[in-house]
Amino acid sequence: MLHVDDLSRRYGRRWALIHVHLQLEAGQGCMLVGPNGSGKSTLIKCLATALSPHHGQVTLDGRPLWGERSALRREIAYLGHQAHVYDDLSAAENLDVWSRLGGYTPDIPALLRRVGLDPDRHDPVHTFSAGMSRRIALARMLLKTPRLVLLDEPFTALDPPGRELMISVAQELKSHGAALVMATHLPTVAARVCEQALALEAGKVTYDGPSSDLPPFEAVYE
Amino acid sequence: MIGQTWQVLRKELLIEWRDRSRVSGVFFFGLAILLMVAFATPQSTVLPKIAGGTLWLGLMLASTRSLDQSYAVEHRHGAMEGLLLWPVDPAAIYYGKALANTIILTLVATVLLPLLIAVYGVEVKGDPLMLLAVVGLGCAALAAPGTLYGLITSQARGSSVLLPLLMFPLVVPAILAASNATTKIIEGDPMQQAPAWLGVIFAFDCIHWSIMGIVYGRILED
Repeated sequence: MLHVDDLSRRYGRRWALIHVHLQLEAGQGCMLVGPNGSGKSTLIKCLATALSPHHGQVTLDGRPLWGERSALRREIAYLGHQAHVYDDLSAAENLDVWSRLGGYTPDIPALLRRVGLDPDRHDPVHTFSAGMSRRIALARMLLKTPRLVLLDEPFTALDPPGRELMISVAQELKSHGAALVMATHLPTVAARVCEQALALEAGKVTYDGPSSDLPPFEAVYE
Repeated sequence: MIGQTWQVLRKELLIEWRDRSRVSGVFFFGLAILLMVAFATPQSTVLPKIAGGTLWLGLMLASTRSLDQSYAVEHRHGAMEGLLLWPVDPAAIYYGKALANTIILTLVATVLLPLLIAVYGVEVKGDPLMLLAVVGLGCAALAAPGTLYGLITSQARGSSVLLPLLMFPLVVPAILAASNATTKIIEGDPMQQAPAWLGVIFAFDCIHWSIMGIVYGRILED
């Protein structure tokens, strides 16, 4: 389903990703681990079509990701470091705006309840805590019915119930046939939804295999 | 694409309705210029002759405030990246934003016009409807390149300085035509020159609204 073949990407002269390979089938999950600056977010952004690769090829269901990005963006759900929301609007208004823009017709109050936000709360998003912003970002991501789910450090700022919510959403999306790629610094939590693991260091793959066999946390970060 | 353009326009106006910073910023900037020029002019008999030029000078300078702000709200929580990765036609983003900027500038210009007439002691001798047409087309001429250059400069350091540097040389023909047309309509137009100036602004709009819509997508992806 998702094929990453010999992917490389640089910023200026510095290579952030070097000859990365990844293969995921529908319903499978892969975690990306590694220290800060190892290339996890760059790989996620390349898969999200926010960045173009300088070398290599990525295909989703056999279709070139960058070449057909306009059409494939409908099938890719991306939760990045930022919430991708308008801070003068309320949570419900944000979801309404994004669903109208994408042509989606969700049950917005139900979606807000699902992520633990009060649908009757009309405060603008700039009054939200970091964890609440993360939850609205998750609700925004759920407007799509994705084939590929990309989560970049999804547990940041979330309390334990928030982490459980993130895990249950990831499991549900996978059960509907989506492939999941998650960059994280919490491999033990991520292992609940990721069967595979890819460890990166300075843009190079240092481990590629089952998440159950992932070297100890300290070894990955050395 | 028309439906998406409408949704982008709706989103822009909804955010402005909540915030009102663009309308108020442009209005007070424009008003300050009108008043300063009026008080700095030694002979009040000259004021009606320079009223048209002063209105467009004020609108041109003040427009950068609105254009700059239209991207500031997009970058606060990464909403611009969210828009890029959402299934929205980039041309729809451009036209929605450019239309919103045109509406905001036209609204402010329409409020400034009676103040200009009162403060500058102007008696409109020409067709008021043609004056409104000049205002609308002139504001569209500011918004078309301004929306594109706003995107280019929004991520750059010193964007508030860069935007006028890039935009002003480009809009000079339209501003000259709008100033001349406004002055002819205010002062009386025995030689019927105002329609020709209106034609110049219309041609400027046609060229820039079509070219900028095509270029915008490429710049957004970069």
